[in-house]
Amino acid sequence: MLTLVIVLPLLLGTAACAWAGARLGRRATAALAAAVAALALGALLTQAAPIWAGGAVAEAAQWVPSLGLNWQLRADALSLFFATLILAIGLLVITYASYYLGPTDPPGKFYATLMLFMAAMLGIVLADNLLLLVVFWELTSLASFLLVGYWSEQSPARRGARQALIVTGVGGVVLAAGALLLGEIGGTHQISALVAHGKAIQNHPLFPWALVMVLFGALTKSAQFPFHFWLPDAMAAPTPVSAYLHSATMVKAGLFLLLRLHPLFAGSALFETVALPVGLATLTLGAVVAIFKHDLKGLLAYSTISHLGLIMTMIGLGTVEGVVVAVLHIFNHALFKAALFMSAGIVDHETGSRDLRHVNGMMRYLPWSGLFAIIAAAAMAGIPFFNGFLSKELFFTATLTAPHPLVPILATVAAAASVAYSFRFIHDTFFNGEPGPLPNPHPHEPAWGMRAPVALLAFLCLLFGVMPWLAEPLITRVAAAAAGAPVPELHLALWHHPGLHVAMSAVALAGGGIAYALLMTNRFLHRLDIDRLFGRRAGRWLFAALVARMVRTAAWITRRTETGSLTMIVALVWVSALALVHFTVPWPQTASTPAAPQPTFSTLLVAFPLWLLVAFSAGALLFWHAHRTVAVLLTGVIGLVSAVAFALLSAPDLAMTQIAVEVVSTVMLFLALSFLPKRTPAIPFQRRLVHAAIAVAAGVTVGVLAWWLLVTPRESISWYFLAEALPGGGGRNVVNVILVDFRGYDTFGEITVLGVAALGAWALFFGTSRAQHCTRQTSQWLEPHPHLLRVATTVMLPAALLLSVYLFLRGHNQPGGGFIAGLVTAAALLLVSLAHGFAAANQWVRAQDGWRFARTVGAGIAIAAATGAAAWAFGRPFLTSAHGHPQLPLLGELPLASAALFDLGVYVTVVGATLLLLTPLAAARRNDRETKENGR
Amino acid sequence: MSDAATALFTHLPILLIVWPLGWGVLLLLGAARSSDHPPGSDHPETSLRRERWLSLSGAAITLLGASLLSWDAAHGAIRVYTLGDWPAPFGIALVSDRLSALFLLLTALVASSALVFAIGSWDHRGRAFHPLFHIQWAGLNGAFLTGDIFNLFVFFEVLLIASYALLTHGLGAARLRVAFGYVVVNLTASALFLLGLALLYGAYGSLNLADLAHRTAALEPQPLFLARVAAALLLVVFALKAAAAPLYLWLPAAYSAASPPVAALFAVMTKVGIYAIIRVHWAVWGGEWGVLGSAAFGLLLPTAIVTGLLGVAGALAARTLSRQIAFLTVASVGTSLIGVALATPKGIAAALFYLVQSTVTVALLFLVVALIAAQRGEIGDAIQPAPALRDPVALGLVMLLAAASAIGIPPLPGFLGKLYLLEASLDHPGQSAVWLTLIAVGALTLIALARAGVTIFWHTHPKRITVWPSGDSRVLMQPVVALVVVVAAMTLWAEPLYRFTYAAAVQAADQTAYARVVLEQAHGYAPWTRPYDGTLPQTEPREAP
Repeated sequence: MLTLVIVLPLLLGTAACAWAGARLGRRATAALAAAVAALALGALLTQAAPIWAGGAVAEAAQWVPSLGLNWQLRADALSLFFATLILAIGLLVITYASYYLGPTDPPGKFYATLMLFMAAMLGIVLADNLLLLVVFWELTSLASFLLVGYWSEQSPARRGARQALIVTGVGGVVLAAGALLLGEIGGTHQISALVAHGKAIQNHPLFPWALVMVLFGALTKSAQFPFHFWLPDAMAAPTPVSAYLHSATMVKAGLFLLLRLHPLFAGSALFETVALPVGLATLTLGAVVAIFKHDLKGLLAYSTISHLGLIMTMIGLGTVEGVVVAVLHIFNHALFKAALFMSAGIVDHETGSRDLRHVNGMMRYLPWSGLFAIIAAAAMAGIPFFNGFLSKELFFTATLTAPHPLVPILATVAAAASVAYSFRFIHDTFFNGEPGPLPNPHPHEPAWGMRAPVALLAFLCLLFGVMPWLAEPLITRVAAAAAGAPVPELHLALWHHPGLHVAMSAVALAGGGIAYALLMTNRFLHRLDIDRLFGRRAGRWLFAALVARMVRTAAWITRRTETGSLTMIVALVWVSALALVHFTVPWPQTASTPAAPQPTFSTLLVAFPLWLLVAFSAGALLFWHAHRTVAVLLTGVIGLVSAVAFALLSAPDLAMTQIAVEVVSTVMLFLALSFLPKRTPAIPFQRRLVHAAIAVAAGVTVGVLAWWLLVTPRESISWYFLAEALPGGGGRNVVNVILVDFRGYDTFGEITVLGVAALGAWALFFGTSRAQHCTRQTSQWLEPHPHLLRVATTVMLPAALLLSVYLFLRGHNQPGGGFIAGLVTAAALLLVSLAHGFAAANQWVRAQDGWRFARTVGAGIAIAAATGAAAWAFGRPFLTSAHGHPQLPLLGELPLASAALFDLGVYVTVVGATLLLLTPLAAARRNDRETKENGR
Repeated sequence: MSDAATALFTHLPILLIVWPLGWGVLLLLGAARSSDHPPGSDHPETSLRRERWLSLSGAAITLLGASLLSWDAAHGAIRVYTLGDWPAPFGIALVSDRLSALFLLLTALVASSALVFAIGSWDHRGRAFHPLFHIQWAGLNGAFLTGDIFNLFVFFEVLLIASYALLTHGLGAARLRVAFGYVVVNLTASALFLLGLALLYGAYGSLNLADLAHRTAALEPQPLFLARVAAALLLVVFALKAAAAPLYLWLPAAYSAASPPVAALFAVMTKVGIYAIIRVHWAVWGGEWGVLGSAAFGLLLPTAIVTGLLGVAGALAARTLSRQIAFLTVASVGTSLIGVALATPKGIAAALFYLVQSTVTVALLFLVVALIAAQRGEIGDAIQPAPALRDPVALGLVMLLAAASAIGIPPLPGFLGKLYLLEASLDHPGQSAVWLTLIAVGALTLIALARAGVTIFWHTHPKRITVWPSGDSRVLMQPVVALVVVVAAMTLWAEPLYRFTYAAAVQAADQTAYARVVLEQAHGYAPWTRPYDGTLPQTEPREAP
C-alpha cells in the first residue's frame, strides 16, 4: 500500500497529466492530478490506524541488494505526518494552481512535474532505506529544477533553476556518499535498523566524515546558511510551486532527514557544534534580511529561510524537547507559510506586481484575501491565538536550555525581526495608502478556487492557535517516532506558566513593532536597497563568481593541456613510455650472457659495412630530414640494409618481403609526396633540442633493450613449429606455414588491415573536396614515361607475373608465398602504371575509380575467410588446414594444402589493396587534365 | 542440447568475428557490384536501401550472437576455440569468458544503435560506410575474444584501421585534420605495442595469455626484467587507447569531430584499452603487487584521478555539446580506471559496471546531441542561445536522463556505478582520494551539464529556423529510444548486471582455472618452451588432422 502511495503519482500521475495537458485543458488536468493525489492520500490513510497506535507499517522488496539499496518503505508517525502534509497541501496547491496558471502556460508540463515532485517527496518520507531516500532526494532536486524553470523564457527563472539544481544537486551527491558511508559503518542501509544502534555508530572512526557529508546534504536542501541563497532565487517559479516546494515541503526534506536520523546524531558533539550555530545564523540572517525585501515573495523566501533556521536550531540542540518544538513548528510553518505564499500569489495574479513599494492598500480590493493573509501573517509573527505563537513560546523555552547565552538573545532578535517583516507584509500590501502604478490597475478578488485553499489554511492557523491541545496527540507521536524515545508529556496551552520566555515574547513583539514603525517613518524602508547594500558579497554573487572562476580555471587548464599540437601528444607518448620503463622497472645490474659463438672475421667483413651504411643513412637523415624526397630515399636504404641483414641471418622470406615492401612503399611515397611541398616546415631550435633529447633517450633505450633481449637466454615454443610444419602443416617452409597455418588467423587479420587501409584511403580521397584541391597541382610522376620504359615494362610484366606465380606456388615449401608474390605483382603493375601513365593504366584495367579493386580486396579477404570456414564442414575449427601428397600419373607427387588457397586470398588482397591505393592518383591526374581543359 | 546447438556454441566465438568481417566484405562486394554502372544510371536509392537492409540484418545476427555468447558465458564456463586446431600455446586460441562476453554484448548494443542512427541520414555521406562499420565491429569483437597477445595487437590494428576510415566518414576539413592526428598517435602506440611484444616473446618465448599468466612466477631475473619493461610499455599503449591522462589529448578533438554515429561507436573504443588493462595487467599479471611485481600499475590510481578531473575540466570549459560529451568520455574513463586501479575483484566489478553504463550513456549523448544540433541550424551544438528546438520535450527528456546518468544522479546506473566504486574503495589506502575525486567529478559534471542544458533548452530566441534533414527523421529517434530503454533496464536490473560483472572479475582473476582450460590440449607437449639450438627437434609423429 505504501508503494502504491508513491507509485500512483509517480507513474499514473505524471503520465495522466502529461497526456491530459495537451488534450483536455487546464481544469481537467488539475482534476486528474487532484484525483491521483486524493487516491494516494486515501491509500495512505488506510494505514493510519496501526501507526496512530504507535506502530509502523513496512514494505520491502529487493532491488540492488549488493549495494544495500532496496525498495524498503516504512511508515511510522513521523513519515505519516509528513506524507499527509505533502498530500494535503499538494491537493490545495493543485486546486489553487488551476486558477493561477494563465491560458498560455502548458498545464501538462506543470502538473506532470508537480506529480513527479509529489511522488519523490513521498518517497523521501516513506523510505526506510538511506540509499532509496537519496534516490528520491535527487529526484526532488530535478523536479524542483524543472518547476523553477517552468517559465524558461525568463532569465531569472533559468538562473534560479540552475542555481537551485547545482546547490541542492551537489548536496545530494555528497549526501549519497555520506549515506553510503553511514550504511557501511552501521552494516545496513535500513534506516530503522541503523537508528536502533545509534551510539555504536558514533564511535566509529569514520563517523565524523559520514556526519559531515549527510549534514552537507541536509543544509543545502533546507537552505541553511551559507547555502541559503538559492531559495530566494528559486522564487522565480510559479507561486504555487513556491508555496509547495519552497516553503511547505521540499525545503523541509533536510530537516526531515535530520529528524529521521536523530537518534544517530543526537549526543554527537560535532553534530551540535555544526547544526546549532548554522541554524541560529540562518534564523537571524533570514529574519533580518526579510524586513528589507521589497519583493513580496522575496520577503516570504527570507522568512522561510529564517523559520527553517529556527527548526534547525531546535534539532541542533540534540534534545528530545528540541525535536518536539521542531515537529510542532514544521506543522505550524507549513500551514501559515503556504497560506502566505498563496496570498502573495493572489496579489501578484490580480495586480501583476509583487513590489511592496507599489502594491499598497489592497484591503479595499481584496478584502477576503486580505483577511486570510492577516491571519496567516499573525501566525508567522507569533501573536497569541494563532498557531505560530505556541511553537515560538516553546522555542524560547528550549533556547533557554541551550549551552550559550547568545542563543536566547539571537532568538529574541530574530523573533522581533519576524514580527517586523510580518507587519510589513500586511501593512505594505493591504494598507499603507493607495496603490502605486500597477500593471493591472483594477485588481479584484480572484475565483473562490484560489481563495478557498488559503481560507482553509488560515482557518487551521486559527484553530490550532485557539485550541492548541488538538495538536497534542499528533505532535507527541511524531516527536516520539523521530526521537526514537518517549517524549515528556506535552501540554500545549495558550498560557504557560510565566517565565523568561514570556518576557522574550513581549520584547520581540514590542521590539518588532517599534522597529518597523521606525523604519517605515517617511517610507525610509522603501528607499533602502538591501541588494545594493550587500552588493557582490551576497551569496548569489559569491556563488556565481565561484562557478565563473571554476569555469575559467577549467578553460585555462584545458587550453594549457589540449593545445592541439600533435608533436606534443606523440612526445607525451614517448616520454610516458620512457618514464615508466626507467622509473618503475628495476634494471638488472649484470647480465648472464649465454655462450654464443664468436663472430668470425668473414661475418664481420659483411656486417661492418652494412652497419656503417645504416649509421650513415640514419646520420644523414638528421641533416636532410626536412627534404622529403631525400628522407624517403634514406629510409629506403635503411630498409634495404635490414633486408640484407635478414638474408644473412637465414631469413630469406623476411628478406624478400622486406625488399618488396620497400620498393612498393618507396614508390608510393614518392607519388604521394609529389603532391606536397618539397620540404617540411622548419622548427625553432629550442624545440628541436627537446625533440632531440626525447629522440635520443628513446633510441638509446630501445637499443639497450634490444641488447638485453639478445643476451637473455631464450626458450620458446618455436621448436613446435619446426617439428610440426611438415607433419602437421604439410609444408617445408616453416615461416610460410606459420603465416598461413599456425598463425593464419593473424595473417587473416593483417590482410584485413591492409585491405581496409587501402579502402579507407580510397574512400577518403573520393569523397573529399580536398581531392579537387590537391589535384590542381601537377606531378610529373603521373605523366606517361619514355617509350623505352614502356617497352621495358611490356617485357617485364609477363616475367614479373610469372615470377609471382612461381613464388606463390613454391611458397609452402621454399621461400616465397602469397604475400611476397602479391607484392611482386603489385610492384610490376605499379611500374606499368608509371610507364604508361596512371590514367591510361587505370583505364586499361577498367578500374572504375577503384570500385574494381575494392572488389578485389573484398574477394581476397573472402577467399581467405572461405578457406578458413571450409573446415567447419569437417567439424574442425576455423582455419584448420588439410594437406595431402597425392601421386598423379605423369606429374608424380603433387603437394597440395588447403593453406595454399588461404595464401591465394592473401595474394589477391595484397594486389587489390596496392592497386586500390593507386586509383586516387590516377583520378588526380584525370581531374587535373579536366581542370586544365575546363580552364581553356 | 542438440548437435547443431552444440556446434553453434562451439564455433560462436569465431563466428562473432568472421560473421561481421565476412558481412562487411560481402557488403563491399555488393556495393562495388551496384556501382558497376556509372553513377546516375542505376537507381541509387534502391541500391542504398538494399545495402541498408543487408547491413541491418547482418548487425542483427551479430547482436544475436553476442547475446547468445553472453547467455552461455553467464553459466560460468570458459570456452576455448583453438584456431587451425593447433593447441594453445602453439596456435592462437580464442577464449570467451564472462569478461569477454560483457564487452561483446556492450559493443553489440552500442554498435547496433549507432548503425540504425547512421542509416537515418549519415551512411551515404561517404564511401563504404557499411563495410567499414562491420569490419570495425569484427575488430572489436576479435580484440575482446582473443587469448593471444600478438593476436590482440592484430585486432587492435583491425579495429583502428577501420576507425581511421570511419573517422573521416562524412568528411569536412575538421575531420580530415583530426583524423591525421588520430592516425599518427595510434601508429606511435602500435610501434610501442610491437616493441613490447618483442620483449615479451623474448622473456616468455610464447604469446598466449594463459601461458604468460601461468609462467610469470617462474621467470628468471633477466626475462622477468624484460617482461616488466614490456608490461610498462603495454600499459602506456593501453592507457593511450583508453584515453587516460596524460595520453587522452587525442580524444576530444577526434570524437567531437567524428560524425555522430561514428562517435557513438567510438564510445566503445576507449573501453578496449580498459579491457586490455584489466585482461593483461590485472588478470594475467595480477596488478601492482601481483606475480609480475610491476610498479607501473601503481601509477594507475593517480592517473585515473587526474584523468577524471581533467576530463571534467574540459567538459566545464567546452563551448560545444559534442566537445563536452567527448570530455565526459574522458572523465568516465578516469572514473572506470579508478575501479581498475583498486585491483580487487570488487574494484574491477565496480569498474566494469560503471564502464558498461557510461559507454551506453555516452553513446546516447552523442546521438541525442546530433539531433539537437540538427534542429538548431547554423548554431549547431554550440552552447549558446538559439531558436527553440522543434522537438524540445522528447529531446529534453532524453538529454536530461542521459545527463543525469553521466552526473551520477540516482537512481540511474551512473549513480549506482559510482556507489559501487565508492564501496569498493573502502579500506583501500587511497580511499579518501577516491571519494573526493568521485564527489568532485560528479559535482563538476552537474555544473557543466546544468549550464549547457539550461542554455540549449531554455535560453531560446523566438525566431524560427529550418531543421536540417539529419534532425528530422523518425528513424533517428529509434536508436535513441533503444538506448534509453537500455539505460532504464540497467537501472531496474542493476543487481543482475553487477552480479555478472562481479562474477566476470572473479573468473578473470582465477588464472589457474583459466590456464587449465586454455592449455588443456598442450599437456602432452610439456615443457612448452625449449631452448632453440637450430636443429630440427624430434617428436613423436602425430596424425594429420
